[in-house]
Amino acid sequence: MAVPGAPLIEVANLEKDYPTGAGVFQALRGVSLSIAEGEFVAIMGASGSGKSTFMNLLGCLDRPTRGSYHLDGQDVGRLSSDQLAALRNREIGFVFQGFNLLPKLTALDNVALPLMYAGMGREARRRQAQAMLERVGLGERSHHTPLQLSGGQQQRVAIARALATRPRIIFADEPTGNLDSETSRQVMDLFSRLNREEGITLVLVTHEADIAAYARRCIRFQDGQVIEDTTVAQAVA
Amino acid sequence: MIFTSLLETAWHALTTHRMRSFLTMLGMVIGVAAVILMLAIGQGAQAMVRSSIESMGSNLFIIMSGAVSSGGARVATGDAPSLTFDDADAIRDLPDIMASAPVSPGGAQLIYGGVNWNTSVYGTTPDYAVVRNWSMASGSFFSDADVRRGARVAVIGGVVARELFGDEDPVGKIIRIKQAPFEVIGVLASKGQSLDGRDQDDTVLVPISSAQQKIFSNTLRNRARFIMVQAVSEKRMDAAETSINDLLRNRHRIGLGQDDDFTVRNLTALAETAASTTRIMSLLLGAIAAISLVVGGIGIMNIMLVSVTERTREIGIRMAIGARRRDVLWQFLVEALTLSLIGCGIGLLFGIGGAWLVERLAGLPVAVTLASVLMAVGVSFLIGVFFGFYPARRAAGLNPIDALRSQ
Ligand SMILES: Nc1ncnc2c1ncn2[C@@H]1O[C@H](COP(=O)(O)OP(=O)(O)OP(=O)(O)O)[C@@H](O)[C@H]1O
Ligand SMILES: [Mg+2]
Repeated sequence: MAVPGAPLIEVANLEKDYPTGAGVFQALRGVSLSIAEGEFVAIMGASGSGKSTFMNLLGCLDRPTRGSYHLDGQDVGRLSSDQLAALRNREIGFVFQGFNLLPKLTALDNVALPLMYAGMGREARRRQAQAMLERVGLGERSHHTPLQLSGGQQQRVAIARALATRPRIIFADEPTGNLDSETSRQVMDLFSRLNREEGITLVLVTHEADIAAYARRCIRFQDGQVIEDTTVAQAVA
Repeated sequence: MIFTSLLETAWHALTTHRMRSFLTMLGMVIGVAAVILMLAIGQGAQAMVRSSIESMGSNLFIIMSGAVSSGGARVATGDAPSLTFDDADAIRDLPDIMASAPVSPGGAQLIYGGVNWNTSVYGTTPDYAVVRNWSMASGSFFSDADVRRGARVAVIGGVVARELFGDEDPVGKIIRIKQAPFEVIGVLASKGQSLDGRDQDDTVLVPISSAQQKIFSNTLRNRARFIMVQAVSEKRMDAAETSINDLLRNRHRIGLGQDDDFTVRNLTALAETAASTTRIMSLLLGAIAAISLVVGGIGIMNIMLVSVTERTREIGIRMAIGARRRDVLWQFLVEALTLSLIGCGIGLLFGIGGAWLVERLAGLPVAVTLASVLMAVGVSFLIGVFFGFYPARRAAGLNPIDALRSQ
């Protein structure tokens, strides 16, 4: 399925216009870059520089106004909305700043949700969801609802949900934005481990340098353009 | 996505908003209960009319002595019936006529042993059994010979048999009708209520000659208050009516321009009118109930639309983790369907229970048919689909990122 040697993510001249009252606003103005499988990338930049816009495009939640996006060699622009949904389900996991868990469902049911859309039976998906919760250290809390969990725990449930269908990529938009420094560190350790031990490709938006320091590559946005793209040789011990 | 997951999701969504789900369902419950109840009452009335019509006999005319408000002034009813036994015989000989029975009606007290019973007595001929399509429960009907000799024999209805004889076999026993002794030679099969609400089994039939001599002590012999006539078929009813009119005008020497001294009524046509009146009534009841069912459906749509708006973010999250448009569509459609079908189920219970109560307390005949139950379920399903589809499509049409950003 993968084209040998081809990058997992490859975007070229990506642009995104938002219609506003005063005409169109260009949130992205020609972004071209590629990310290989197994990379851990941090995206930084000032507020309003287009980071979330870019992440949403990479995550197939939105379509670019112009430019191309190849995921695993496949032209995403040609896919139907149902094919995009299947792609998000199988290949992509999301972690959001606001956790985005369903408040009425237990942690277990939240984690099992992507597996439901993958067509898995009830018992099988509960077993797999339980395993994922254990992996993020919340095996004991599987029957708690989000309201009964702390912010850090909620974010770990969200990570377990992102991992549920064993995707190859995780997109995280300011995953530690709502967490204190200690829980941020726990979440980041979890991400690093997933990247190192399982080879999951990670793309992460953050404002904080110490969070970005976990990544081996840092892409900086400004006014909808990439102004800096540095790879650090060092790995977190 | 598998079907059981859809049901699970719908069930979860409905149980997290119990009060709202209950109130939404209430519309369906009331609608379905009303439809079932109204149809049950309508169909009960229709069934009663139908069985009354069947018990009346088919292709019937009744010819009454005297003109009923046709010429206005001349009324020849009262003590002098214009119709004679010979008229009845002459009518029977007409080509389109199957049977013709003169009838002399009245009331009398019956006595058997120490028991009294007041009932209606009909003096008539064996043709009456043919016309009314009346079979025997036991014994036999009286014969033409009995009529000619003025035999003191009687055929009694089921109610009379029960009241006078209890468990005894009435056949062969002697009863007194207005003091005159009559031998019971037969018991009529049960017919139940007539269209005008009388119990047709509360009756005694005797030869018309014996009735006039021994019971009514009529001075005007050989005259009948009315004649019951059966035509050979429904198709010949009109021809039969014309020929009866011609025959009687001729026999009674009624000239051109003179008023008839008799009245011919097509009983079957009257019965049809009664039947179609009840049919229209039950249709109307059903239609009114159906409106409340539609209102219930609109209630579902209303709540589903609110729900979709309220849950836009949830829809966005589901889409982000892999729900396809059709998964979202099905989620909301199944939710609407679950509401409407559970509402329907509860409504069925209330409707059937209500019908039972109506029968018990109001004494109205009701009939809850399988067809009306199936129809209620089918209509509720369609309402779920119809009123659930628009909100569901609206949910499914959301853009993942817009839905996710909402709030
Ligand atoms: N739906 C939208 N309609 C109009 N303008 C939008 C929309 N979404 C984003 N924008 C604009 O596009 C620009 C980039 O937004 P984006 O959310 O990508 O910024 P960001 O880099 O993620 O900022 P932050 O760090 O604050 O999250 C902003 O100026 C924003 O106002
Ligand atoms: Mg952002």
